[in-house]
Amino acid sequence: MEKVITCINCPVGCRMTVMLSDAGDVLSVSGNTCPRGDKYARQECMLPLRVITAVLPVPGSPTPLSVKTASPVPKDAIPEVMRELSRVRPVLPVHAGDVIVKNILDTGADIVATRSLL
Amino acid sequence: MTEKRVDLLVIGAGPAGLAAAIAAKETGIDSLLVLEREKDPGGILRQCIHNGFGLHRFKEELTGPEYADRDIARAMELHIPIRCGTTVLSVSSGRKVTCVSPSEGLQIYQAGAVILAMGCRERPRGALCTPGTRCAGIYSAGTAQRFVNLEGLMPGKRVVILGSGDIGLIMARRMTLQGAEVLACVEIMPYSSGLNRNIVQCLQDYSIPLYLNHTVTEIRGRERLEGITISQVDENRKPIPGTDISFDCDTLLLSCGLIPENELSLGAGVRLSPATSGPVVNENFETSVPGVFACGNVLHVHDLVDHVSRESALAGKAAAEYIRSGAAGAETIQVTDGDGVRGTVPQMIHRNASADIDLMFRPAGVYRSSAAVVRCGGEEILRKKAMIYTPGEMAVLTLKAELLQRLPDSVLTVSIERTE
Amino acid sequence: MLCSSDVLLIGAGITGCATARALSRYACSVIVLERGPDLAEGATKANSGIVHAGYDAHPGTRKAYHNVRGAAMYPELCRSLSVPYEQCGALVIGFDENDRRTLENLLQRGIQNGVQELRIVERSELLAMEPALNPDVLCALSVPTSGIVSPYELAFAMADDAALNGVSFRFNEEVTGITRLPDGGFLVRTGAGEYRCKALINCAGASSADLHNMLSGEKLTMVHRRGQYYLLDHAVSLPFRRTIFQCPSVMGKGVLVSPTVHGNLLLGPNAEDIQDPLDTATTQAGLDEVLRKAALSWPKVSVRSNITNFSGIRAHLPQDDFLIGPVAGCPGAFEAVGIESPGLSSAPSVGADLAGMAAEWLHCSVNETIVPYTAPDKPFREMSEEEQRAAVLRDPAYGNIVCRCEVVTEAEIRRAIRRPVGATTVDGVKRRTRAGMGRCQGGFCMPRVMDILSEELQQNILNITKDGGESRLLCDTVASFLEGGSVHD
Repeated sequence: MEKVITCINCPVGCRMTVMLSDAGDVLSVSGNTCPRGDKYARQECMLPLRVITAVLPVPGSPTPLSVKTASPVPKDAIPEVMRELSRVRPVLPVHAGDVIVKNILDTGADIVATRSLL
Repeated sequence: MTEKRVDLLVIGAGPAGLAAAIAAKETGIDSLLVLEREKDPGGILRQCIHNGFGLHRFKEELTGPEYADRDIARAMELHIPIRCGTTVLSVSSGRKVTCVSPSEGLQIYQAGAVILAMGCRERPRGALCTPGTRCAGIYSAGTAQRFVNLEGLMPGKRVVILGSGDIGLIMARRMTLQGAEVLACVEIMPYSSGLNRNIVQCLQDYSIPLYLNHTVTEIRGRERLEGITISQVDENRKPIPGTDISFDCDTLLLSCGLIPENELSLGAGVRLSPATSGPVVNENFETSVPGVFACGNVLHVHDLVDHVSRESALAGKAAAEYIRSGAAGAETIQVTDGDGVRGTVPQMIHRNASADIDLMFRPAGVYRSSAAVVRCGGEEILRKKAMIYTPGEMAVLTLKAELLQRLPDSVLTVSIERTE
Repeated sequence: MLCSSDVLLIGAGITGCATARALSRYACSVIVLERGPDLAEGATKANSGIVHAGYDAHPGTRKAYHNVRGAAMYPELCRSLSVPYEQCGALVIGFDENDRRTLENLLQRGIQNGVQELRIVERSELLAMEPALNPDVLCALSVPTSGIVSPYELAFAMADDAALNGVSFRFNEEVTGITRLPDGGFLVRTGAGEYRCKALINCAGASSADLHNMLSGEKLTMVHRRGQYYLLDHAVSLPFRRTIFQCPSVMGKGVLVSPTVHGNLLLGPNAEDIQDPLDTATTQAGLDEVLRKAALSWPKVSVRSNITNFSGIRAHLPQDDFLIGPVAGCPGAFEAVGIESPGLSSAPSVGADLAGMAAEWLHCSVNETIVPYTAPDKPFREMSEEEQRAAVLRDPAYGNIVCRCEVVTEAEIRRAIRRPVGATTVDGVKRRTRAGMGRCQGGFCMPRVMDILSEELQQNILNITKDGGESRLLCDTVASFLEGGSVHD
């Protein structure tokens, strides 16, 4: 199987072709112009990761709370993480860096506040 | 009315103003004041809740509020006074600054030096002359970002984004994650001016189509937006008949460019560059008005906040030096834009400058396998090759100080040339 | 709900507001019904803002009579209401001998109509007067008494004055039917209720012919003529001090280039007949036409500093004159139909006449207790430093600049909402204060204006509209939207 991936490491944006085995293992990467591209393409094919950021409503505060996953989570988990977050209502006061949800959906990533709401 | 004296007055407490004030204070300027019109410092970063800031400066990926908090914490540590809720009404060529706030009323400061750090604003619909109705539901991407991220309000449910600048791409993802449906991102140019990373992670991750070489040609809806039509454009950016695609949407977000906010600068008599829409400055970031400095997006629109912070710290140091030692004498070298180059900053250089100088500019188009070249009196004095130069990324050429003394001419021209 | 009044006035545009104000000087009760969410929602908010001197209309027509009489009322009217008005003068330019003949005709017409100070000016003097003019110009009719005004601000002031003196304004009330009552009065139905009155006045602008046809056996057909405009930022130095008209010729009517009282530059309008009297969309073809024609007056035309495009609908009657007076065959009903240009210039005169006719019909005396109109305070941006200082001391909300482009303060926005006929929408605030009228087009101030509106009107912010009806600016809170959003499907 073949997969086309645009590299995000620099503005060149190499369009790379990744050959995958039936089991989903990377056989080859082509089209990249530097080793960083090769590494990124393999990661994107095996387990693409993203940091998720969001705003959550906070009862009693006109300003919502901005949060992020403290580390990247699998891309496929984004909808589930957002669904989980939609039920979360942080309680005042919140300080930047506070853990709002520990190890969300067992991804290993905490949801932390990126601002303070006092 | 009585004027208050202050050595350094910084207008704006966004990343530029904060970095400039911190740098000036660190070199020993104690009489300084930062004026900020919003309720809190941090500037536009407060609403940029996504991550990706600070990779160059802090070697980690921060969100906008986190990046701003680092500078705010440092400013607090240094006891830099930041007066929020205060709008500057005018700056005179003699550095008299008039400002107003509900708590302090009208105040006038006579400043030893002024740093302009007001940032930029978004190009509104009017500037695009898009025909159609004038219904509700059309916002600049930044306004929508403020609604969602700072006020917890959703401007709409079905969204089309015009312009593929980074704010537009970021908002495509934000609206999607917060529950809206983003139908398309439409870009009049053959390429996106946003980062590849944002195209992948904000559009492709959510299967949002990007229409290059397209623009909005009709806006429908008498009261609230009901739909738009987009059309493909030719090489002159004119719509091609018969290429219409129609979308039913209640929201159109515009991400069609940023314009430095220089109304105060103009009032002070600061000369502006038509290429950057920001002040003409020398390597000290001093404008055509002595003692008035400019940095950050008010000077030229940046790609990364890390660059804003670096540039602004230099401006802060230079302003401090001006306060201590006065003017640096006449600039003798002029920097001009050649082929493929738009808006090189600084535009003027002192021949006796003691530090290396970064020449910053935006490529006028996409150039692959090319080199940025600095020429002087027909002689090539600097060349920097790159696999790609794009308008979305600020290009930087570092000019060695010792090179300045032996320039054959007083005009430098920066251009992009194809390398075979 | 049934409401009763002596007079029911339909339409709160410039003519309706002028008539309402004139009626408030009589001892009668007045209700104004307006289809839109605010005053000045039709042609009044979207026209050239010119107070014509009166050289254009044919002598003997109602247009000529009301234009010249109305224009003469403007200086004192605007002074007493503190509405920006400026006699900036105008030039009607011509390029060849044909045009010269037309201009000579206009000169004669103007003299017959009683317009003062008209004269033909030749090229060299012309280019000295207005250096940005097309150098190919041959001559022009100089009209020093031509003026500019902010049409909607005049409507607001007249309505506030009327409201202070007892006139009641009802918005979002579209007339759906009228019944003649046995006692000679009228029963008017709207979507919201019923109104009973002794005298009825039709100032319904684009819908005035429809209303006429409900009342009279002599049917009218109206042509809806749309005109599109560019409005440029005032940050650029203005190329012209005067209004530049183009000589009407076989090529058509031409477009004007004019400064506005707020220092912007206006280009337009084109003219196109359309079916729907509410279709105020702009079109690429229309905007291109305006640009092309404006270039004839101003060869260096540039819309780089364009703030907005808009269009307005002129209510044109085929007989090419205003229809003003008692409605034929319908005693007690009065009307102003076909009020296109020079309708703005004519409004004070038309209002006085219509009010007089209704008062006479009702045999009502003069209102002896006039509440004097006090204009809103001078805008903060126009105050001296000392005045600004005093203003913030008096009311700290003057220290909160909400709109940076036009320097509009929180205090002014709150006052605009609290005016006798106050703003209830974001556009209403914009037209009363200029917040959002500048180069960023509300990008920065709109969320703040919405907050203030929501506070003052005690409305949930989700219900705040741009311009009434379904023009809501927000759809939901992040909280409730997250729960039902599409990402979870």
